[in-house]
Amino acid sequence: MSEFRYLPVTEEDRREMLDVIGAQSDEDLFSDVPDKIRFKGELKLEPKLSEPELIRFLTGLAKKNVSTSDYPSFLGAGIYDHYIPSVVDSVISRGEFYTAYTPYQAEVSQGELQAIFEFQSLICELTGMEAANSSMYDGSTSLAEAALLSSNVTRNQKIIVSEAVHPEYRQVLATYAHGRRLKIVTVPEKGGRTDLQALEAAIDDQAACVIVQYPNFFGQIEPLKEIETIAHGKKKVKLIVASNPLSLGLLIPPGAFNADIVVGDCQPLGISESFGGPHCGYFAVSKKLIRKVPGRLVGETVDDQGQRGYVLTLQAREQHIRREKATSNICSNQALNALASSVAMNAFGKKGIRELAEQNIQKAHYAVRQIKAEGIAVSNDHSSYFNEFVIDCGKPVSEVNHALLEKGIIGGYDLGESYGQHKNKMLVAVTEMRSKGEIDQFVESLGGIIGG
Amino acid sequence: MDNQNQPLIFEQSRQGRTACSLPVLDVPETPLVEMVGEDYIREEEPNWPEVSELELVRHYMALSRRNFGVDNGFYPLGSCTMKYNPKVNEVVARLDGLTHIHPYQNEKSVQGALELLYRLQENLQEITGMDAVTLQPAAGAHGEWTGLMIIRAFHEANGDTKRTKVIVPDTAHGTNPASAAVAGFEPVTVKSDQNGLVDLEDLKRVADETTAALMLTNPNTLGLFETHIQEIAEIVHAAGGKVYYDGANMNAIMGVTRPGDMGYDVVHLNLHKTFTGPHGGGGPGSGPVGVKTELEPFLPKPLIVKKEDGMFGFDNDRPQSIGRVKAFYGNFGINVRAYAYIRTMGGKGLFQVSKDAVLNANYLLKRLSDHFDTPFKQLCKHEFVLSGSRQKNLGVRTLDMAKRLLDFGYYPPTIYFPLLVDEALMIEPTETESKETLDAFADHLIEITKEAEHTPERVQEAPHQTMIGRLDETQAARHPVLRYVRQ
Repeated sequence: MSEFRYLPVTEEDRREMLDVIGAQSDEDLFSDVPDKIRFKGELKLEPKLSEPELIRFLTGLAKKNVSTSDYPSFLGAGIYDHYIPSVVDSVISRGEFYTAYTPYQAEVSQGELQAIFEFQSLICELTGMEAANSSMYDGSTSLAEAALLSSNVTRNQKIIVSEAVHPEYRQVLATYAHGRRLKIVTVPEKGGRTDLQALEAAIDDQAACVIVQYPNFFGQIEPLKEIETIAHGKKKVKLIVASNPLSLGLLIPPGAFNADIVVGDCQPLGISESFGGPHCGYFAVSKKLIRKVPGRLVGETVDDQGQRGYVLTLQAREQHIRREKATSNICSNQALNALASSVAMNAFGKKGIRELAEQNIQKAHYAVRQIKAEGIAVSNDHSSYFNEFVIDCGKPVSEVNHALLEKGIIGGYDLGESYGQHKNKMLVAVTEMRSKGEIDQFVESLGGIIGG
Repeated sequence: MDNQNQPLIFEQSRQGRTACSLPVLDVPETPLVEMVGEDYIREEEPNWPEVSELELVRHYMALSRRNFGVDNGFYPLGSCTMKYNPKVNEVVARLDGLTHIHPYQNEKSVQGALELLYRLQENLQEITGMDAVTLQPAAGAHGEWTGLMIIRAFHEANGDTKRTKVIVPDTAHGTNPASAAVAGFEPVTVKSDQNGLVDLEDLKRVADETTAALMLTNPNTLGLFETHIQEIAEIVHAAGGKVYYDGANMNAIMGVTRPGDMGYDVVHLNLHKTFTGPHGGGGPGSGPVGVKTELEPFLPKPLIVKKEDGMFGFDNDRPQSIGRVKAFYGNFGINVRAYAYIRTMGGKGLFQVSKDAVLNANYLLKRLSDHFDTPFKQLCKHEFVLSGSRQKNLGVRTLDMAKRLLDFGYYPPTIYFPLLVDEALMIEPTETESKETLDAFADHLIEITKEAEHTPERVQEAPHQTMIGRLDETQAARHPVLRYVRQ
């Protein structure tokens, strides 16, 4: 019996195959690897495990983690605990989908191609944009690629980004910008929103784009109307909006405010938190930017019998055709997660997404009322926010979170980690998954810990 | 496969249906206008479909029947390593404690996840012969760009700012020059010699004080081992550049040789290829990057470290780091699958994987070599490239043969790549395929070459058995329809 269940070649096969090849042994097949660089001995890896041992071991590791299905979580900051319909996992577990590669051979990949065409359509509808690609790695790289695109089409090197954009997204942007020698100008936040006066002062004819987040990192709904006026006040400048797609079930989409590029991450729609990935970046553009989009696009066409079908299209933008002149180096994307998200979006439907978004905003606002009643300060509660808000703990957030964890609650994000001006402030997320009872318990615990 | 057109999900919508189930709102409601303000409340609904759960399931089952994965059949797509994706990987990746965890949770509450990542880093270091590994990059191309940014930071730290060029072989995968461009470098090409290997004289010509790096996969994209890899590395190092290993072809060399021992300075791996993270229809992948000690300060931050007290945590105190390349800590779920695979195989098993992958490729090459032009006569590694030039003379193109293979239930090989080979067919069988499968495939492909001689139209008009015929790609590109619009 073979020692390895994934390896079907038997010793008899091996002898026959080596005979056909005209080799004496496996070693002959590696005679082109110089002896000096041959690896001698056995790789010193962790010992191999049988299937039951592996499951036991990894279950043990998993149990060392506190999961958000064990403890109610008020942690968001770009990744959220949401309802995932059971159909999602059922669909993405189909081997026809998850063991396939990129649908280059269209005749045997119509399932994937049609699913991605539907994904593109769903994203366009949600964002109010005219085209969307088949996915990017995540929201952060999607945002960075949007900035590169704006620089490519405007030939300008100045990237203007709001401080109220996710700090890690901005860090990723900075890494990409360094490669392309782009200059980043950060517009400060004021009262939890982009400082519009500072934005006006920053913008000029050298700018390639203005990047804002809607709702922003603090949960606030940025005044896109005013921002758009400022951004497009300069003819060439592109307006890039990063959006939590769930919020767009309720908010007027960026497309309606003439955004040029809308990006974000589909994680809130059908994808588990998974310690930060894999998730699914989306990338949507206005019509005139279609041929500048990074990554794969699926288009509708017909076959030789006139039957409707789908293909990867406008491939002259991509690295396998255009090499260094491609719009991006992206090859693998997040196709399976785009599929997961499509299933969830279709499960919700136009009514479900609204209900889901409304439950989020209602619960967050309920939580704010209760927190204030407990005597804890909530920042900027006079302005509008979606499912996240900021509270002032008056003491280190790490201490508060530690105490919350003792009580079986996962607390919010420590804003002081990324914003010097927000020491002791916690970004709290409340999704539809939090029951009134959990919210009340959270508030009560906070009251006890902070002693408001 | 089904032979009926499957309507778009939008075309199946009926007002009033749904496939989701939300709890009743259990908190007192506030009017929306008080929370958002009229100017920002959405009035026009997105035109998303309304379908019941069963309709939704049937829709995707219908689409799945119109798709082909490794679970369906042989998938010898060169350079993509379409090996079996173990089922246990899917089971463990869905464990509650690995799925429902948030990256901003307190380190103490995610020790299991951090330990798993740390262990994976250690294993990958040993497999590649590198000194440090980051798991942050999301895919191969993302790893390439990350590696080049590290090299860039290294040169900059040395005040060596004139190194603007990255050398790539003329056989390189398209992502190599594209990644170089995104990293702000100018790609320059080094030629291949008549044996399909890097032309050392040409390399000496292009390597100079402007060279930041050479990107080279080994075995190369022709499936051939770059026997002179040490001299190649010496030439680039002597010019002051770094040598980058594109891990796309790692499946050929595990336990045989290591990039770190060949003279490479930076490596990326495709965990979704060699280490069985599924391809998912095009992603997600995971593209960890390993480096030698000298480059370690420049790795993306944070790194996952084991502290003195035995706890696992993040190291953010990395002043020379290139920064972040992705939000959070990489494609964790794919890393879990790769770790499960490595633990399933062990060191001996991974060596066996590479031996069997190379055996399968050489066997299949031998079975086919009388029927095709074979541009390179030496041993191949895990994949090989045939030329369809003989068939082209009969009026049958490589594309036609690829389409004809669909009729026999195969996913076709990679075609027209590498560009160097006329009418290329690039075949990678992988180690998880049996001899019977290889024999049947060889028989069918040989049969197609006979058809090309005797009944060429049978091949030229293929496929005959698929649910849809050849699609009009020109129309798709000329008049792009990229979304459904309600009629």
